[in-house]
Amino acid sequence: MTINPDLQGRSYPAAEVYDVGREKIREFARAVKATHPAHFDVDAAKALGHSDLVAPPTFAIIVAQRADAQLIEDPESGIDFSRVVHADQRFTHHRPIVAGDRLVAELHVDGVRAMGGGAMITTRSEIFALARGAAGDSADVREPVATTTSSILVRGEGQ
Amino acid sequence: MSITIAELTVGQDIGSRSIAVTRTDLVKYAGASGDFNPIHWNEAFATGVGLPGVIAHGMFTMGAAVQLVTDWAGDPAAVVDFQTRFTKPVPVADTTGTPEAGAVIEVSGAIGALDADAGTARVDLTVVSAGQKVLVKAQAVVRLA
Repeated sequence: MTINPDLQGRSYPAAEVYDVGREKIREFARAVKATHPAHFDVDAAKALGHSDLVAPPTFAIIVAQRADAQLIEDPESGIDFSRVVHADQRFTHHRPIVAGDRLVAELHVDGVRAMGGGAMITTRSEIFALARGAAGDSADVREPVATTTSSILVRGEGQ
Repeated sequence: MSITIAELTVGQDIGSRSIAVTRTDLVKYAGASGDFNPIHWNEAFATGVGLPGVIAHGMFTMGAAVQLVTDWAGDPAAVVDFQTRFTKPVPVADTTGTPEAGAVIEVSGAIGALDADAGTARVDLTVVSAGQKVLVKAQAVVRLA
């Protein structure tokens, strides 16, 4: 199966809301072997000026990969997930992610490039926090939190 | 935190650390991140798609490597930008039931650039496992006081 070149420029709007919980921050921090107290102890986070526990620098991957799943699972994309290799990743934080944030991600397909029998696909997730108390779909009360970009190599047959 | 840009110089070492990785760590990372690709926990599946065996999530390696920077900076929120390329997989041997690591990742960092106007320092990470660079262009931009 070949990758659909028309994917380039496609966007997927923000779908489900991701609620950032304290225990998820602690669990993710332990999973990447982080020990900084600002991930675990609310008082330590507040002492650094944060409103609640601070997520580790790569935490946004949870939200970004949920957004990517919309593309990978799109029957029009032609992507076989078992042939996907992660090629590069970048996180740009506009402000820290903290417990209590309600995040949504807009996915943009920035590049599709044929490579051998496969393809390199670059996606960008624009992650926003919804204002506290806002409805999940209110686009006008959201604050930019992070931009993540990711390239995946979809290996062709025999690659 | 009290690091200021004035006290740093390009090329300065910020330290190093060694990260022991087991198959259990990969299962934990899969659960925490939601990335359940079987190449990270199932030997038969991994070898079936042409890998040497179960490999670590690239995002596990990236996420663990940046802790050196976080601890140096004194505040995880100081890391305003972090990027890498994944160049080699990190195979993790099955050492279940023993105290041995399945792989060891060595991380070291040095100041790669300073931007006095932005108040940021770029830390360049060298990340090696089994003698091979597993991350390339691993760069974290840190906002300093």
